[in-house]
Amino acid sequence: MSTIIDVVQTIWLDSGFAHLLDIRTVIMLVLACILLYLGIKKQFEPLLLIGIAFGMLLTNLPGAGLYHPELWDRFIAGEIGYGTILHDGGLLDILYIGVKSGVYPSLIFLGVGAMTDFGPLIANPKSLLLGSAAQLGVYCAFILAIILGFTGNEAAAIGIVGGADGPTAIYLALKLAPHLLGAIAIAAYSYMALIPMIQPPLMRLITTEDERKIKMDQLRPVSKTEKIVFPIIVAAFVILLLPSTAPLIGCLMLGNLWRESGCADRLSDTAQNALMNIVTIFLGISVGATTVADRFLNLQTIEIIVLGLIAFGFSTIGGLLLGKLLCKLTHGKINPLIGSAGVSAVPMAARVSQTEGQKANPSNFLLMHAMGPNVAGVIGSAVAAGFLLALFG
Amino acid sequence: MHLFQSNVSMGEALGYSVLGMAIVFAVLIVLMLVVKMMETFTAKGQNAEAPAPVSVSAAPAPAETAPAKPAPGTAGQLKLYNVEEQDAAMLMAIVADSLGKPLNELRFISIREVTDQ
Repeated sequence: MSTIIDVVQTIWLDSGFAHLLDIRTVIMLVLACILLYLGIKKQFEPLLLIGIAFGMLLTNLPGAGLYHPELWDRFIAGEIGYGTILHDGGLLDILYIGVKSGVYPSLIFLGVGAMTDFGPLIANPKSLLLGSAAQLGVYCAFILAIILGFTGNEAAAIGIVGGADGPTAIYLALKLAPHLLGAIAIAAYSYMALIPMIQPPLMRLITTEDERKIKMDQLRPVSKTEKIVFPIIVAAFVILLLPSTAPLIGCLMLGNLWRESGCADRLSDTAQNALMNIVTIFLGISVGATTVADRFLNLQTIEIIVLGLIAFGFSTIGGLLLGKLLCKLTHGKINPLIGSAGVSAVPMAARVSQTEGQKANPSNFLLMHAMGPNVAGVIGSAVAAGFLLALFG
Repeated sequence: MHLFQSNVSMGEALGYSVLGMAIVFAVLIVLMLVVKMMETFTAKGQNAEAPAPVSVSAAPAPAETAPAKPAPGTAGQLKLYNVEEQDAAMLMAIVADSLGKPLNELRFISIREVTDQ
């Protein structure tokens, strides 16, 4: 009889249920379920948020042994290499190698490039100015993070959330502050999903009804030659100036060149669909895996979430203010609403500009005009990330 | 972690931020100029390739370009004036999305490119 009790006791103690009494673990499991709810029911960036939330669930299930943060601590300290991780790590440790090495964010950029039409930007180059102004939040959040006592590296990684570009935020976080990766990724993707709620009040606050009603002139047609030359020039120029942007800008522009060349449709299609989907699966689940309870549940995470929101707000304001200035300088030819699309978050931010413009004037079609600053924001946030990486990397 | 206890001072943080914004603006302004130059070169190239102007004695061009042929519409047939079929499809999708109606419930009669002149 005692043997049976011993066996049952051993099974109980070996199971994860015996360790579920830790309140932090329970909180993380509840948080994972909330994020799953937001992703599935509310459709908040579901392609990534479901993966991140499920990774969070898996990594916090006691005894699962899928992710070992202590192994990565030793890796960062230089005591072990990828070989030991492959040998001793769990499934999520192995998938996380792609994040740690910066491969996943770069491959995501390859797919983003293949999906992006830079035509509206080429047709209206002033869009690039709006894409620059909408990086204001990056630096506001950076300064606030410094005030809160974060180190320079941490503040830079937090600030880039204001760029509203998930892969860039992940890339910079893993290079400068890998211990904050989970919180930064969750903040970035959550706020990107919340753009239709965050931006409209700021847009109505900063612009007047008359400005929102402005109808913009039709964009000029862009030739195929311009579309082919653009990615080559941007890649060469930006990488020469800021070599640290090479993985992101290089992949973004290669994907775009495949798209525009017209003779690599198979590769463009693979980058847009199959490759993008595969990398999204690995990226989401392995980023979620970093949210281990004892490292995630702290004041820093809350501060990062708040700073991320401030960063998004200031980036939107920056774009809108420059939009207003350009509106004045061009005597009302530019609708300032397209400025808020400079925060990247393609194409969500452009859609918000279109929706708000149409609310003020039902015959207003701003979507293609807003796509210019929107894709310029992708380049702008990569440049901002490259600068911060050069400074603190 | 305490307030103002970072390894970067406030002065440095402000300086880095101003420099960072300046670099982002500088890079994108240069790109803007490059795109403008690209536009100019392309326009010149197109002008060079364009056929010589038609003599005065030639028949005057019609005031409005006639549609090449009716394109298949969502309901009935659709006339396109200076609009590619691909662009027309995109426009119809945008209108349907904005109105919140299925495309097959809308009737498009014609789509015409509007120019400033």
